[in-house]
Amino acid sequence: MSTNTENADNMDNSGEFLTFILGNEEYGVDILSVQGIQGWNGVTRIPDTPDYMLGVINLRGAIVPIIDLRVKFNLKTAEFHSTTVVIVVRAELEGKEHVLGVVVDAVSEVYKFDHGAIQTNPEFANQQVRDVVKGLISIEEKMVIILDIDLLISDWVPDLDALDEAA
Amino acid sequence: MSMDLDLTEIYEVFFEESAEGLEVMETGLLGLDLGAADLEIINNIFRAAHSIKGGAGTFGFLGISGFTHGVETILDQMRDGEREVTEDAVQLLLESVDCIGGMIEHLKNGEPDDSPAREPLDIRIKKMLENSGGATESAPASGAEDAVPASDCADSGDDEIVKAWNISFKPSPDILHSGNDPLTIFKELALLGEMDVTADTEQLPGFQDLDPEELHITWNIALKSASDQQAIEECFTWVIEQCELEIECEETADAPAATVAAAEGNTPPAAADKAAKPAAGSAKPKKKASSESSSIRVGIDKVDSLLNLVGELVITQSMLKRFGEFYNPEVIDELRDGLIQLERHTRELQESAMQIRMLPINSSFSRFPRLVRDLSNTLGKKINLVVSGEHTEVDKTVLEKLSDPLVHLVRNSLDHGIEMPDVRAENGKDETGTLHLSAAHEGGNVVIKVEDDGAGLNRERILQKAVEKGLVSPGENLSDERVDNLIFHPGFSTAEVVSDVSGRGVGMDVVRRNIIDLGGQIRVQSFPGKGTSLRISLPLTLAILDGQLVRVGGEIYVISLLSIVETVQIHPDQIKTISGSGEVYLLRDRYIPVARAADEFGVMQEEGARPADLLVIVETENIRFGVLVNELLEQQQIVIKSIEKNYKKVDGLTGATILGDGRVALILDIPGLLQNLKNNGSLPHEEVELADAA
Repeated sequence: MSTNTENADNMDNSGEFLTFILGNEEYGVDILSVQGIQGWNGVTRIPDTPDYMLGVINLRGAIVPIIDLRVKFNLKTAEFHSTTVVIVVRAELEGKEHVLGVVVDAVSEVYKFDHGAIQTNPEFANQQVRDVVKGLISIEEKMVIILDIDLLISDWVPDLDALDEAA
Repeated sequence: MSMDLDLTEIYEVFFEESAEGLEVMETGLLGLDLGAADLEIINNIFRAAHSIKGGAGTFGFLGISGFTHGVETILDQMRDGEREVTEDAVQLLLESVDCIGGMIEHLKNGEPDDSPAREPLDIRIKKMLENSGGATESAPASGAEDAVPASDCADSGDDEIVKAWNISFKPSPDILHSGNDPLTIFKELALLGEMDVTADTEQLPGFQDLDPEELHITWNIALKSASDQQAIEECFTWVIEQCELEIECEETADAPAATVAAAEGNTPPAAADKAAKPAAGSAKPKKKASSESSSIRVGIDKVDSLLNLVGELVITQSMLKRFGEFYNPEVIDELRDGLIQLERHTRELQESAMQIRMLPINSSFSRFPRLVRDLSNTLGKKINLVVSGEHTEVDKTVLEKLSDPLVHLVRNSLDHGIEMPDVRAENGKDETGTLHLSAAHEGGNVVIKVEDDGAGLNRERILQKAVEKGLVSPGENLSDERVDNLIFHPGFSTAEVVSDVSGRGVGMDVVRRNIIDLGGQIRVQSFPGKGTSLRISLPLTLAILDGQLVRVGGEIYVISLLSIVETVQIHPDQIKTISGSGEVYLLRDRYIPVARAADEFGVMQEEGARPADLLVIVETENIRFGVLVNELLEQQQIVIKSIEKNYKKVDGLTGATILGDGRVALILDIPGLLQNLKNNGSLPHEEVELADAA
């Protein structure tokens, strides 16, 4: 999918973003990386993982990890309502594709806009957010924070200690 | 021309087929009885060589086809009883098989089909062909026979007489479309003898009508060769359907024979010395032939049974669908029957699909006759290899990862286990040692044994070494079994322990590691003076395991049934702490370490709930320990799914599975848990040692 994105970039530099709500803010991800949206049905917890890593679910026979962005971004509330959904996205880490689910408060809109309009390198006080943000963009006088999905899983590199142990 | 097509895929087929052919050749050669060879075996070897030659020729790998031709010739002579099957000949052929394998390996890497071993072998083959090879019937025209070495031999009635052949070759215009190139054929023909080709271009259309992809040239070939008509026809095998071919023989044996003889006379005589003894390199450990092709050859019967089952599944499905559409309470029984049928078919389908991944272990065992032969020559030992259960089927992945450990074990047995013939004789044993390689299904496991009737492990030296390394305190009394298992300790290279043959670089710990990675176990049993037995038990497949579902707090985990020894109900107070953090439980006079699953996995215990009081005793690496859980649930076959695929490796887990209700359950990594116990000091002193050693 990422190649498609690149092609689109080359042609008219416009893209579509799926936006969603986390707390009081609206975030967006490239729609080409979105594989689906599904309701919250609970997860199987995985031991020894960070708080935001909720666990894994069975997605059509595959084991898919679920992360809660609200926890990752230290938002005050991380409750599960009727609108709480899991956005299933594809991200790339070291050339390997991972499928993961992202828990958000609600899905918002699909917007079309120009990549050029993204204001990059914004300064965020929140380190967790800053690490995964591609940029900011204004749409209909709202601010949308565009996330880079690949950066979201950048800390999933294979555990070096584990490798040492095996060797 | 069609040669510009991307042939990579077809090359792959050629590589695969050649690999199979080479295997057939090797197996056949090793099975040949010297002096009284079985004609059927020779025929098999010959056919394999012939297909490789043919295939190579078709793809224009002239190095391989040229080289294989010589090999084929020797085989052909053996087949016709003109050459005796001698030790030298077999050795030469075996080395040639390696050489062809090497050339193919070069091709795979995109290099030209050559091999450093080729030239000396070529010379030896030529040399061998020059000698009449002790033909069983005394050939009267022996001069002629010597003169025409690099040729297929003549009809046995005709002996070796050079004949003049007139060949008229009229290919059909579209021959090039099939990827055949007449030039390749001519090159092949030229190997048979002296050749004179005239091209007839009369049929060529005018320049305007000329289609470069059509061939309008016909050829007349005058060939002076001792080959028979069949050999010549073979050169045209690939195009026989697409041409008019006339082969005529003029019965003249004249001057050309001399010419050929003269040409062959140039062969450096120095080659003779080389031919006498096997090339030095041949006994060296061969580099691992990593035939990790990603495709599987599946027997048609397996596919048929799969299709059959799918057919039945479809029928069941349509039956069930009917119930869904016209539901009424009266058919509830039929519905239940239907569901039972569905369940049965699904299980059978699953088994069938698994069967496709299963390959006979023979593909791994087949390399050992050669290895044993080479190695026993090098070591100067007499060894008889007995293989049994080679048809046992194992998952392809397991098979691939098993190869290296097995080679290591076999080498070890040959090197350190079986004694030199004189030593054996002194001890009243048969001079010829026996190495028994066996495979069998035992329950859900494959058990592979490597047994030798050698000297057994040298416990004194192992113990001495262990004391040196500080693994065992001097004067400590260890059971024999425990001493034997010290060889799996990382610091213990068996080479260091038992003999001075070193440089292997791989220790038994690596073997053990590989086996454990495959979810298996390895044990050593040694009987001083009588032999050593290594027993590997492996799961049948990596994709499915028999799992015991356990409840830990509110969560469900899976423990592989293979590692469970027993389950005991205990009183939580009976768990004692040792040295602060570790916990043990006294199970029948023996303290075993305890891992509390809830703590290991950070599971919240519900308040007021009964404390966990079921101790699942598991065993890995020869160590038993208990896993404390709340409840045993059902046992079922589970399909192992990778967590790493979308996330990353998680400590303490080997994977996950999906339960009947769609939920995910995590599979405990028993060796990993043991590692945790070791790390936090929960293992009693002696267990730690054993654990480190195991």
